[in-house]
Amino acid sequence: MNKKIAEPVVEVQSLVAHYGSCEVLHGVDLSIQDGEIMVIMGGSGSGKSTVLRHMLGLNTPTSGVIKLLGQDITHISASKMDALRRNIGVSFQGGALFNSMTVGENIALPLREHTQLDEKTIRIMCRMKLELVNLAGFENLMPAQLSGGMVKRAALARAIIMDPKLLFFDEPSAGLDPVVSAELDELILRIRQAMKTTIVVVTHELDSTFRIADRITVLDQGNILMVGAIDEVRNSKNKRIKDLLERRAREIKIDAEEYLNRLTGETG
Amino acid sequence: MTYKITQYAGYSVIHLEGDVDLSTSPNARKIILECIEAKNNVLVDLSGVDYIDSSGVASLVEGYQLAKSGNTEFGLVNVSQAALDVLQLARLDTVFPIHLSLDAVAKVAKEPG
Repeated sequence: MNKKIAEPVVEVQSLVAHYGSCEVLHGVDLSIQDGEIMVIMGGSGSGKSTVLRHMLGLNTPTSGVIKLLGQDITHISASKMDALRRNIGVSFQGGALFNSMTVGENIALPLREHTQLDEKTIRIMCRMKLELVNLAGFENLMPAQLSGGMVKRAALARAIIMDPKLLFFDEPSAGLDPVVSAELDELILRIRQAMKTTIVVVTHELDSTFRIADRITVLDQGNILMVGAIDEVRNSKNKRIKDLLERRAREIKIDAEEYLNRLTGETG
Repeated sequence: MTYKITQYAGYSVIHLEGDVDLSTSPNARKIILECIEAKNNVLVDLSGVDYIDSSGVASLVEGYQLAKSGNTEFGLVNVSQAALDVLQLARLDTVFPIHLSLDAVAKVAKEPG
């Protein structure tokens, strides 16, 4: 077969990031193909949310390249970034809905900001997305009147209102009961199937990861441990990956002198 | 996106070609609504549609609603798999009258009763 390999939709090269003087990503490389569901998995403090923030252009890297839909967002004008963002949807962990707006107004906001569509078209599109996330009839409620799971689904409806080519999820299942979580996973798969969307999910939920991922990137302490298909990750012999999958606590080796210095503030 | 309108078995058939997306769907909407407002029975032929997004589907929904309120007929024909996937995502494949082909529409139209 002589199949042409398409350009990745997301390409991260040698990403190094700091919070203050602390280096939190130590040269991360990542490549996500068109229509792929990539799950970025790792424990707390692994750097997965930091990778996400960089991919969204919310943080500036110390060094490295981040390309979304072929454009390097580390060297892009504000207007080009604005245009690029129209093709990108983000479903934030906490929803990030505007509390002063109704659910319907929140969901319609990207369309009202970025398109010239007729108001009737916008209303139908909003209701279609609310139907999709099982929130039909909730458009006139305020975010404060919704449960946690409903906020997440409303945030998803807003993230997909413009039918983005690239969709990011930050911890989609966190805080949801298992049934709602499974429904959300199912919805993520259906969106990819119908809209051919490339989807990047950042999570530490294993069940969800194994339901939706085409490939998994395992991050640990700012480094990529492995990138592979579900079975490759499941069968990995890497101890840290096995710890993550089997929910084992980390063994933290203590260097007595260094520990003492940390406590006393001495530099050693 | 381009379009042409033909007449077939008592229907005005709107053939849409290309992508129906955020930038082109307002035009598709205008064409569809004008055709229905002129009291035509309307079929939208989607065989040439490579991609249709939610704004395109919303235009079809509005068209169907307008046809129903004006007691004219509205349906989709030659729906490509890509378009069907999008309709199925919104469960609208159960709402729209969807015909496999224009011949199939003509056959139903000829059947007595």
